[in-house]
Amino acid sequence: MLRKPLIDLKNMVEKDPTRYELPYLLPSTILLLLVFVVPIALFLSRSFLDPRPTSEHFLHIFRNPVYLRVLWVTFRISFTVTAVCILLGYPVAYLLSTVSDRTRNLLMILVLIPFWTSLLVRNYAWMVLLGRRGIINNLLVGIGIIAEPIKLLHTAFAVNVGMIQMMMPFMILSMFSVMKGIDRRLISAALSLGANRFKAFFKVYFPLSLPGVGSGSLLVFIYSLGFFVTPALLGGRKDVMVSMLIEEQVSTMLNWGFASALALLLLACTFLFFFLYTRFFKIEQIF
Amino acid sequence: MELEETRRFTLGRCVLYIVCALIFMYLILPIFVILPISFSSSKFLQFPPTGFSLQWYGKFFANRNWISATLRSFQVAILTTILSTILGTMASFAFVRGQFRGKKLLYGMVLSPLIIPVIITAVATYYIFARVRMIGTIWALVLAHTVLALPFVVVNVTSTLQGFDITLERAALSLGANRLVTFFKVTFPLIWPGVVSGALFAFITSFDEVVIAIFLSGSRPTLPKQMWDGIRIAINPTISAVASLLIVFSILLLLSLQLFSGRSAGPRRRSVSGPGETL
Repeated sequence: MLRKPLIDLKNMVEKDPTRYELPYLLPSTILLLLVFVVPIALFLSRSFLDPRPTSEHFLHIFRNPVYLRVLWVTFRISFTVTAVCILLGYPVAYLLSTVSDRTRNLLMILVLIPFWTSLLVRNYAWMVLLGRRGIINNLLVGIGIIAEPIKLLHTAFAVNVGMIQMMMPFMILSMFSVMKGIDRRLISAALSLGANRFKAFFKVYFPLSLPGVGSGSLLVFIYSLGFFVTPALLGGRKDVMVSMLIEEQVSTMLNWGFASALALLLLACTFLFFFLYTRFFKIEQIF
Repeated sequence: MELEETRRFTLGRCVLYIVCALIFMYLILPIFVILPISFSSSKFLQFPPTGFSLQWYGKFFANRNWISATLRSFQVAILTTILSTILGTMASFAFVRGQFRGKKLLYGMVLSPLIIPVIITAVATYYIFARVRMIGTIWALVLAHTVLALPFVVVNVTSTLQGFDITLERAALSLGANRLVTFFKVTFPLIWPGVVSGALFAFITSFDEVVIAIFLSGSRPTLPKQMWDGIRIAINPTISAVASLLIVFSILLLLSLQLFSGRSAGPRRRSVSGPGETL
């Protein structure tokens, strides 16, 4: 008769009202499948199914020097942006991790302002600054460094300068999240053991900060690969990046198969570097 | 520790300050250069601006295209915020409190719009929405923007939720409150800063978004799309007024976010043994 246990553990766990299970995920999952996963899959499938099963679109990328150049430019710009972001971001992240909480909150707002300002506004600002009759040219001619305005806008230089400014907050925040966890007593220990400041920094602090450099670099590189707005507005004809080529193929050439092959290539590169990222870092730590 | 804090004003320190000041100028000044230009009385973009006038602001507010684009952007952003905040908060509860198969995979799927290049999302959604004749409708933009905004809501809400002390809910439930009452009377009052931060992120994501808008907005552009056309074709000085308004607007949003993220530190620190299941 007493087969039923006094406390039905199994039933209790199942009916625990503090648990929220799969049904709560259903709306987002359906939305993502319909508006994100399936559309991307269908679009990308055209790279090898347009119109019949074919590898023509991929071969087209690799046979044509114009398109190979686009790939090369994309990687070159992403690499430059990442390298300069490391160089400029490191001192700022270091400063943020050494100042008092009050100062840090203030400086953090300065880092976050570009992060929150509309991307288009920032690009527009660079166009105003770098244009032929822009502020920088006026200034340089005014103080007599150059006689004639020089071409700054619509060059690879402009794309790099703009993208670096846009990617810096990501780099700084990644580096800072690691640096704030470094135990400062280690430096003191190195100093008391006879190392000079220079040596204490490079032998102790720098190696400990490298994970931040790594995560920031991968993040900046991944984002840079897919940049569209900045190269389109600040770059010239020689500075076409993959995203711009995809846009052009879809909206003016209506060449879906080729656009899809380019997109698949871009996505593959993104995933490759992102895979590296997830092996070592967590994506949420930045946002 | 002491040794570091009270160290002398060394040469190295001095160089660090100067270098960082220059870098901060590089990050910030280009944005603020627009503000004085927008008040210029000249017919062209000029710096330093000559004279003071509100002519570009006047042109903005008098132009029907700019106004309708602004209203469109607010509509899209508000709907996106509502949709992504509700869906994202629900999803966060499942991610933090649930145990089911494929949780990691689904979490990865929800966050993936953060790293997939927007151009791919834009072209792919265009591909689908064109087939069902939804290009130019408000829902095409809202749905696509919600996909982009969802990860921000989920990241913000899960991090707050992981620090939430679940015994408070158990107490409410054991005292006879049902699930819904517990959520609105106990849970939400404590996690709202995280939800609001997520909502602000969602709003700004949609409000500033341009690449998807280029493809999906059809004949009814959003504000970024209208700016994009204006910048690409010829630099129209009216844009300096629009840009200035946007700068002030986004700084206000940023400051309010700082306010909320400061508050959410409260419950986050309080938790000693949260449900904190690592994802």
